[in-house]
Amino acid sequence: MTTAISQEVTYLEAISQALDEEMSRDERVFLLGEDIGPYGGAFRVTEGFQKKFGDWRVLDTPLAESGFVGAAIGAAMMGMRPVVEMQFADFISCAFDQITEVAAKNHYRWGAAVPMVIRAPYGGGIHGGPFHSVCPEAWFFHTPGLKLVAPSTPYDAKGLLKAAIRDNNPVIYFEHKFLYRRAKEVLPEEDYIVPIGKADVKRTGRDISLITYGAMVPLALEAAEILEKEAIDLEVVDLRTLLPLDQEAILESVRKTSKVIVLHEATKTGGIGAEISALISEYCFDHLDGPILRIAAPDTPVPYSPPLEEFFLPKVDDVLRAARQLATY
Amino acid sequence: MSMDIERRESPEDRRQPFSKVSKADYLQLYYYLFLTRTLEDRVTALYRQGRIVGGVYTSHGMEAISVGYAYALEAGDVIAPMHRDMGAFLIRGMKPKEILAQYLGKRTGPTKGKDANVHMGDLKRGIFAFVSHLADNLPLATGAALAFKIRGQSQVVVANTGDGGTSRGDFHEALNFAAVRKLPVVFFCCNNQYAYSTPLELQMGTPDVVDRAKAYGIPSEIIDGNDVAVVYVTAQRVIKHAREGHGPSFIECKTMRMHGHAEHDSAKYVPKELLEEWKRKDPILKVEHALKTMGYADESVLMEIQERVKKEIDTAVEFAEESPLPEGPETLEGVYAETLEEVHV
Repeated sequence: MTTAISQEVTYLEAISQALDEEMSRDERVFLLGEDIGPYGGAFRVTEGFQKKFGDWRVLDTPLAESGFVGAAIGAAMMGMRPVVEMQFADFISCAFDQITEVAAKNHYRWGAAVPMVIRAPYGGGIHGGPFHSVCPEAWFFHTPGLKLVAPSTPYDAKGLLKAAIRDNNPVIYFEHKFLYRRAKEVLPEEDYIVPIGKADVKRTGRDISLITYGAMVPLALEAAEILEKEAIDLEVVDLRTLLPLDQEAILESVRKTSKVIVLHEATKTGGIGAEISALISEYCFDHLDGPILRIAAPDTPVPYSPPLEEFFLPKVDDVLRAARQLATY
Repeated sequence: MSMDIERRESPEDRRQPFSKVSKADYLQLYYYLFLTRTLEDRVTALYRQGRIVGGVYTSHGMEAISVGYAYALEAGDVIAPMHRDMGAFLIRGMKPKEILAQYLGKRTGPTKGKDANVHMGDLKRGIFAFVSHLADNLPLATGAALAFKIRGQSQVVVANTGDGGTSRGDFHEALNFAAVRKLPVVFFCCNNQYAYSTPLELQMGTPDVVDRAKAYGIPSEIIDGNDVAVVYVTAQRVIKHAREGHGPSFIECKTMRMHGHAEHDSAKYVPKELLEEWKRKDPILKVEHALKTMGYADESVLMEIQERVKKEIDTAVEFAEESPLPEGPETLEGVYAETLEEVHV
């Protein structure tokens, strides 16, 4: 199997592998969602799963997100470990109440843990339009009791999903659709997890901290390569977990570089970047040599037509411009 | 049109329910009805004295529903109750002293002061904590039933909601999922004719709630929610049906909310004649009459039970009042589950 070891795995395959391995390891793990059975899911993440694990561990549900998220919560309280697939993260709005009112508050209120994962295929760049492109993480970021993760690489995608399934709390796992077949790498053969709550410095740099996550990570790394030629050394901090935030990793990087860009694909106002920016000015003000800059999508729904969507999404050029501006301080 | 939708109104057990309930069970049902009434009356008094700072929602006049369904369950079964199900909490083993501590916001209550009134649960006793958003508990019930089905267990889940709750999407989504997967869950609905101040006719276009359940292919029936024997005998039958793998049932219990939505609400919007009419159908009066008619109890037996209950509640109030309040910083505890206590219901 030496050839298999060096085989590259896509972000999507990494998610599949994590599910497969966790279902094989722990019989309490089961999947539910729309069209995940014989069809294998809208993105084919669970292709072949029903054949392998049986009808009652891979359940096609009626088109009713609140109902099946609620069912996952009930099953989780009974000692199961459900993994719910939202066909698109946009549809998570239908389950908002069950997530924020029931799952998130359950342990705090009466001590009953809800070990549940909701996989949320999110993000733009695939011409999905206003109902198949949203980055809804900020809606849940303001909800104590939830954990939110958003991997940017196949390695993190696999390790974070395994960690999420083994976690005793409701975890929303934001998997970026744009990365599904674009991000590839060789993964370790042995079992591993990526701990929830730990950011990862994807590129070490001295001059500017760029704090980001998800599909913006490869974009940031691309910008960093260009900036290197201009003698601007970008440090790229990949949050990986959005809630609870790895405050220490953020502050440590800023203390080193004294300059910050916060980048996310979600819209700007009230986004996660606002919180990060506030954290830095609250705890790291004395270290700052320039303004904290935010790059995010404009405050509109995600448009469909290619020139509109291109305008909407943050670009490498936005990072270059912000970095050059900060370099003047 | 599908014929598996049964409307089993007026079956035999409706005509003479008491003949199917043993003397011991009947007396026990009476005890729980009286315990529920006395406990909630005491809670109401404490609220009026200003000693309970949060909302108080009682099952006054409709105690027979939760007492009846909970008494029909077995150890290992699970309930997903609503806010007028005090009897079910008691039967599943929640102690009056814990419940009173909960109302008083004490650390000794089941939520340690984190949540109020009947928002309490305990997985070991098979009780899901109520969520104010009515009908949110129904998908949870289907999920618990799904867990039993996946694991090949024979336990059953009973969920309850009000007439108002049946307007919410979660009601419909839960019933549909349970029906599609033939899950071992029984849905009760206490139709007490008002959702806060909104009467039934402004809540739904059908005369009965069962019409909603029937749409999902779930066997449904209407029963007298004020007769504990009827509720108990019906619950036994449909729970058995679910336990044997035949899927969900839906039971609409006709009743009347005799107090306001909560104790702050004078409920002036409810016609007096309606309350007068239902006062004559009080579930406790009904059982007392039945017990005497059957020769199961005379006045002295009933008095004995009543005295026992009053003493029990006095002791419970004392415990709750003497219990410590939580300290402010305890606010920060328990947002996340660090470890998971294994629950094998």
